[in-house]
Amino acid sequence: MSMADITAQASTAAGARQGITDPYGPKPRRVISRRNVFLYGTLFVMAVYYLLPLYVMVVTSLKGMPEIRLGNIFSPPLEITFEPWVKAWSTACTGLNCDGLSRGFWNSVRITVPSVLLSIAIASVNGYALANWRFKGADTFFIILIVGAFIPYQVMIYPIVIILREIGLYGSLSGLVIVHSIFGMPILTLLFRNYFSSMPEELFRAARVDGAGFWGIFLRIMLPMSLPIFVVAIILQVTGIWNDFLFGVVYTRPDTYPMTVQLNNIVNSVQGVKEYNVNMAATILTGLVPLIVYFISGKLFVRGIAAGAVKG
Amino acid sequence: MQGRECTALTQPADEMSKSERPNLLFRNLNAKVASIPMILTAMVVFVGGTVWTVLYSFTNSKLLPRLNFVGLDQYYRLWATPRWLISIENLLIYGAISLVFSLVIGFLLAALLDQKIRFEDTLRTIFLYPFALSFIVTGLVWQWLLNPDFGIQHVVRDLGWTSFSFDPLYNSSIVIYGISIAALWQGTGLIMCLMLAGLRGIDEDIWKAARVDGIPMWKTYLFIVIPMMRPVFITTLVIIAAGIVKVYDLVVAQTSGGPGIASEVPAKYVYDYMFFAQNLGQGFAASTMMLLSVVIVIVPWAYLEFGRRK
Repeated sequence: MSMADITAQASTAAGARQGITDPYGPKPRRVISRRNVFLYGTLFVMAVYYLLPLYVMVVTSLKGMPEIRLGNIFSPPLEITFEPWVKAWSTACTGLNCDGLSRGFWNSVRITVPSVLLSIAIASVNGYALANWRFKGADTFFIILIVGAFIPYQVMIYPIVIILREIGLYGSLSGLVIVHSIFGMPILTLLFRNYFSSMPEELFRAARVDGAGFWGIFLRIMLPMSLPIFVVAIILQVTGIWNDFLFGVVYTRPDTYPMTVQLNNIVNSVQGVKEYNVNMAATILTGLVPLIVYFISGKLFVRGIAAGAVKG
Repeated sequence: MQGRECTALTQPADEMSKSERPNLLFRNLNAKVASIPMILTAMVVFVGGTVWTVLYSFTNSKLLPRLNFVGLDQYYRLWATPRWLISIENLLIYGAISLVFSLVIGFLLAALLDQKIRFEDTLRTIFLYPFALSFIVTGLVWQWLLNPDFGIQHVVRDLGWTSFSFDPLYNSSIVIYGISIAALWQGTGLIMCLMLAGLRGIDEDIWKAARVDGIPMWKTYLFIVIPMMRPVFITTLVIIAAGIVKVYDLVVAQTSGGPGIASEVPAKYVYDYMFFAQNLGQGFAASTMMLLSVVIVIVPWAYLEFGRRK
């Protein structure tokens, strides 16, 4: 059975029937064909499947505990309450601390902002040097860096613990910032190198003739022309660093835990009565930052992961 | 492919330095200074750290790393530990499921979205949003959905099917499948995106030619389009494979390795032995095994990808 055949048959049949009922005109053929029913039906079912967890999260977080115990996780709340959200943010307990997720949130902010800035600053200069100022051996380091991106983190965790302890940063937020900058470097350097080498070389040459040096060309010519790739890099890093769990749990202490680690401790703590509505509110709160980044950035997010992934 | 004229770009710099005749080491000095973080990361952390871990995996380090070599003892002990064997088995099952289903579902979704449909942007946004969420958030949501007392099992039983049983996170023989469900939910959007980019890269004329020749659509996909997308499939495969070995947070969030040790994975074994059991040697040996498994995947790929080009 060919798809073209089906659509051709269906379009004649449907076209004849729908002459009257179908008011809008740009595509007068095949609105309800077997192909379209199958196509949109499958996509609709899949979309529901992908949206369901988000829906359940939101609905659960708005119910009171008695309603959760009696009811159905899919049913909308009978009585909407924001108490679980307040509790998750300001009074949920992890161990001895009972100041809620807000602590983790601010820790994550204090980790993410400098990590994003530092990692992008380092990687953009790396990419620029690799694209335009290659020195002997530069490519060797670059290849090591890219290959290193595939080494499981577990292999390098402990040596980094020792290095950080030696320079006195183990357990501090600055230590974690350095770790994020290190592990963000391969993908970001690749991203910037590819972007800078696709820029017209005449630009670089003209600047050289005019006497601009390494930093001059970078700051005055390359930077202003590469804002889109910086946005892509920021999106990539904000979501990546905010979502990190492993480095957070290894390189920070309980009072400096990032949000993901604290969330896991709140939800999976064994003591006390389980409050599923508070857990779900906490889960949404933690997922909110990357979700907002995702929904605002839209196509740039896609471009970021495509650039990062396909070329890597 | 267009950015390969890097050699041309370096020429002005070379000419200039030739006329000045500076010391070789100081040629291009600014670039070298700017690259110090990269060089340090590559040499100290990536190469140094890896060599250090592999070296110390042959010692009997316990609480602190010590250079007291014991040969392959740690590895013998590792492969005699039931928890490690379960971890490996789980990783293989999880890996096979991730690989097959994310490729199949990702490609199907991409192919459906590529039919010049309406609401394409909306649908793509929906399929991809879980990818923006962390594994912790993903794991906790699915832990809630799969909760036998409140989640899907409870809802279906309430509908009248009282013997219905679906509690993958509490049943040690299928717990790894429950974890895979969450992983697929989170990750297939990315695969779809990569596949869609690949499909969009296929020349429209190929579709026209196939239609003129009367080749059915599924055959065009199977025998023409997919073979043409080989590079996309290979990179996707590498990305999935690299993600599989790293699986850690998802398990921690969903089951913490339970029930018992039924859903343990290698990355968790490494972490627990290094930071809880204070048996560094075991942790190093296990992480070296993880490295080995990545090498086994990456080396043939790098050989195929780059060996042929040169």
